[in-house]
Amino acid sequence: MSSPAVVALRAVTKAFPNGTRALDGLDLTVRRGEFLSLLGPSGCGKSTALRLIAGLSRPSGGAVVWGDGAPKAAPARGDLGVVFQEPTLMPWASVAANVRLPLQLTRRADVAEPRVRAALARVGLDGFAEAYPRELSGGMKMRVAIARALVTDPALLLMDEPFAALDEITRFRLDNALLGLWQELGKTVVFVTHSVFEAVYLSTRIVVMTPRPGRVAADIAIDAPFPRSETFRTSAEFAALCRTVGGALADAMGETFA
Amino acid sequence: MSGSPAEPAPAGMPPVGAPAEADEARPWRARLVRFGLPLLALALGCVAWELVVWVYAVPAYQLPSPLAVATTLVEDRALLFGSLLVTLETTAYGFALAVLGGAGLAILFSQSRLLETMLYPYAVILQVTPVVAVAPLLLIWLPQPVAVLACAWIVAFFPMLANTTLGLHSVDHNLSDLFALYGASRLQRLVRLQLPAALPMMLAGARIAGGLSLVGAVVAEIAAGSAGAGSGLAYRIAESSYRLNVPRMFAALILLSVAGMAVFGLLSLASWLILRRWHESALSRGP
Ligand SMILES: Nc1ncnc2c1ncn2[C@@H]1O[C@H](COP(=O)(O)OP(=O)(O)O)[C@@H](O)[C@H]1O
Ligand SMILES: [Mg+2]
Repeated sequence: MSSPAVVALRAVTKAFPNGTRALDGLDLTVRRGEFLSLLGPSGCGKSTALRLIAGLSRPSGGAVVWGDGAPKAAPARGDLGVVFQEPTLMPWASVAANVRLPLQLTRRADVAEPRVRAALARVGLDGFAEAYPRELSGGMKMRVAIARALVTDPALLLMDEPFAALDEITRFRLDNALLGLWQELGKTVVFVTHSVFEAVYLSTRIVVMTPRPGRVAADIAIDAPFPRSETFRTSAEFAALCRTVGGALADAMGETFA
Repeated sequence: MSGSPAEPAPAGMPPVGAPAEADEARPWRARLVRFGLPLLALALGCVAWELVVWVYAVPAYQLPSPLAVATTLVEDRALLFGSLLVTLETTAYGFALAVLGGAGLAILFSQSRLLETMLYPYAVILQVTPVVAVAPLLLIWLPQPVAVLACAWIVAFFPMLANTTLGLHSVDHNLSDLFALYGASRLQRLVRLQLPAALPMMLAGARIAGGLSLVGAVVAEIAAGSAGAGSGLAYRIAESSYRLNVPRMFAALILLSVAGMAVFGLLSLASWLILRRWHESALSRGP
């Protein structure tokens, strides 16, 4: 019944040259179309896991396997979008030029203009193509980063605590917007967060990680139907799920959930 | 399974309002204070200077009055401005060569660690050896105009090299990861990431280099001294000093410092024009 795997981490270990073992025996399968959240306290290796999937670093042990087991190379450039914790925009380039970058780097500049416009429209930044990053608020910069990640139409979207630095109101708004995009575009999303509430609100599945070394402590499906909205956020079901997930997180950290 | 972004689709995120116009207007009063006060101080200084010369009857060969200097400036204008042009030309060529050479070498270094390790020490040697000490040697080896140009180049070269090197290395790590994610080539990385990131540092380097190449040109002209066949402004200063023509010395000196300020001002303006859309250093934060 489960959909095919997009990528799997098999007994992945990551040790840094300074001796830190960020991950030790991490097993994780990302399935097509799911909204998977990695939840854990900071320092438990969430970013490290995401960077391994993105191919930005190599595992010290174990393997990153793409597709359904059949040996297949890493995805083509542009088949993977990443949103970092900071917006990570080029300050010297306009919003449109920032969003255009992935297309230029993957040599698809010929199709750039309509795609850039569509990506900006998707994140609600129609009128801002010629603005510069410094003229935008934190939330708007994050929207640009999301538009940039979407512009190559990747099948898999990796997001590393993208809204952690934003105020709660902006964050809720972007959570809703992100859910809208996910439903509409049918992408697979791996979303890193340290917020139980955000994870429960957004995800179809939550993987709770233990700190030092990082591995999977709990794997919890969130079956609440979509679309989700403020009604879900204030429901008894939401509260119960948060308690379950919060309990799993507390267990993972070896504490009692207050 | 996923829709193409090229298709018109209902926006997933609610739109935000149109960008606000940045207010450019600055009260004239602030400008008056900023530019008027230094000018006022300068004028007061000149008046005091004139009074001192007049009250104590200081002879012109010791300290000429501002009026005497101004008169000399007007009377010797053909000679002095001709010399100014010569010095400025040397400065401009020295500066241009320093910018091209410094930035070019820094780019080369950024592409090859080996070259950087091999050649950087020589750049440092060039920098730490005082140009005054090198100038006589260059004057023996090279025809005088070339030697003067070489001095202007030597002193301006290193700030450009050092700043560009630092700038090329100070790329945001996440942006660097983003370029890696999309498989950027070395050239794409250099042109689209490293050079734009280095631009503010390069412009700061150019600002320093401009002033320094003037210094280099002056030092070499002085070193050439009376033996030289040159006609630059510093040569005029040396010449006037032998003839005890102190008012002309002052006039030439003033022209030199005005030229230095003009070079710095021009380069600052260029830097501001280039960076004003995006860099923190060029943002106005209101009065
Ligand atoms: N480049 C690195 N070198 C050394 N240690 C690192 C490096 N990156 C991460 N770490 C360490 O690995 C652990 C996991 O880090 P990270 O994946 O960033 O955690 P998280 O994203 O969950 O907060 C931390 O203890 C961190 O200090
Ligand atoms: Mg992290």
